[in-house]
Amino acid sequence: MKLTQEEQKMLDGAYGEGVQLAMKVLVAVGEAYDAPYMVPVTRTHVALSNQEADLWFVEKLVRGGAHCKVSPTVNPGFNIELFEKLTGEMTAEDIEQMQRTRAAYQAIGATLTYSCTPYLQQNIPFFGEITAYSESSATPYVNSVYGARSNREAAQSALCAAVTGVTPYYGYLIKENRRGQALVEVKADMHDDFAYQMLGYVVPEKIGFQIPVFEGLSRPTPEALMNLGAELNTAGNVAIYHILGVTPEAQTYEDAFQGQKPTQVVTVTDDDLAEMQERLSDPKGKIDFALYGCPHFSIRQIHDVVQLVKGQKLAVPLYIMCSTATKDLAEKMGFLEILHAAGGELTDQTCMDQPCWRFLYGKKGVTDSPKCAYYTKRRQMQFVVTSLEKSVEAALKGEIA
Amino acid sequence: MKTYHCHKIAEGKGEGEVLFSEDPVNFYLVDPKTGVFIEPHHSLSGQCITGKILVLPYGKASSVVQADGMFQLKMTGNGPKALILQAPDTTLVASAIILEYPVVDKVDPAFFSEVKNGDRLCVDADAQTVTKLD
Repeated sequence: MKLTQEEQKMLDGAYGEGVQLAMKVLVAVGEAYDAPYMVPVTRTHVALSNQEADLWFVEKLVRGGAHCKVSPTVNPGFNIELFEKLTGEMTAEDIEQMQRTRAAYQAIGATLTYSCTPYLQQNIPFFGEITAYSESSATPYVNSVYGARSNREAAQSALCAAVTGVTPYYGYLIKENRRGQALVEVKADMHDDFAYQMLGYVVPEKIGFQIPVFEGLSRPTPEALMNLGAELNTAGNVAIYHILGVTPEAQTYEDAFQGQKPTQVVTVTDDDLAEMQERLSDPKGKIDFALYGCPHFSIRQIHDVVQLVKGQKLAVPLYIMCSTATKDLAEKMGFLEILHAAGGELTDQTCMDQPCWRFLYGKKGVTDSPKCAYYTKRRQMQFVVTSLEKSVEAALKGEIA
Repeated sequence: MKTYHCHKIAEGKGEGEVLFSEDPVNFYLVDPKTGVFIEPHHSLSGQCITGKILVLPYGKASSVVQADGMFQLKMTGNGPKALILQAPDTTLVASAIILEYPVVDKVDPAFFSEVKNGDRLCVDADAQTVTKLD
């Protein structure tokens, strides 16, 4: 790779071992993809995970003196103070690990948003902007909905881009590589955001990891698009999609396929979505809790839950994960009070794949998120996956038929 | 002895028996205590990768779990000695550099017809060579 003088100095260690390691990682990624050179990034998002390798790497960079040039927003870990009130089951190790994660990301100069939906709130790129976003719902959103440019970054490579301010020029940063490949004709009834969860899971099975161009989706909500991207990138490695007439690089058929023909044309029907839901869901019956916010819920989604539980008592606890900014808003708007009165809680700064949920292990929940159900398989939690409306109804009754 | 040319992704050198994986690999689904693949329906299910030169098409799964899996194998010493990739992905490449696993790709096509499971190999990423030892 051809490096600038400044980049070469970073690689040679002139700015300390932390910056040197970050540049070494980026050069290796660049060389693996035959990238000719580095390009500056102006936004980054790091999928902080508060897990062993994550903490080990960020602490290593901090010890090596690294500090972010482009301060990244970060994913959630868990909210220690809130969960100390909610449960007595966190261990001293759980708490210490999260404290170290907080300290390390603060020291490296991250913007401590602790949210997996930065693209709706605190870190919104513009069309064509070169960025480095990790996090499975974030990369497809910035690429597809805003037309910003990001590769499917690993948490670590995004952090290296934040530290050095550059990323290798390859992949989705190049217009030709963003060309739609397979045409997906949606014949299914896409009446709610939940249908988009299922659509995202169905498509990689039909077209592999090709870039899908959707036809037949009109006026999807931001939350629908958040769900679509999260599931495309969980069921497959699909970090960009286009929607004809909706997303900026697909205003016309010609644009979406960049003048070429689709490699494949597939159709998605109601049956496909229903069959996928059946497969992703554990058996129905009695439930112990309801969990939402994978990805983090928006204020509109919290509003929808609040409308359903207002003035009623939930039969089982209901938790909604969201950003701190959204929680503050929910409090100002009176939503939090209604939710508390019904027996629900907003758990901000928190991801479902964290040890703070230990008190729910071995239990069965209900959720609207297949991604939530997928990641908890290794935490011995079961999930019935269904629409928001049906799942809240189940939480009010304590069971789902 | 026969030497094949390759392309360096992550520096270092490793020697061991070769093990081919037909399927993409998620190191989180390898038991760090034993080095045995625990992913069901995987071509390497039940096999041990400890000390092996692992040849794989590419990595799969999120950066969080991939890095964590490779980290745990490094800590227990039950990881592979080196990786030979057919198609690199960002997550696997970044994890390998950070955790200091030697990795190469673009090995001469002849390698894939001439080398079989169990052959001894030396992967020298810095010299950009893969050598079949006698």
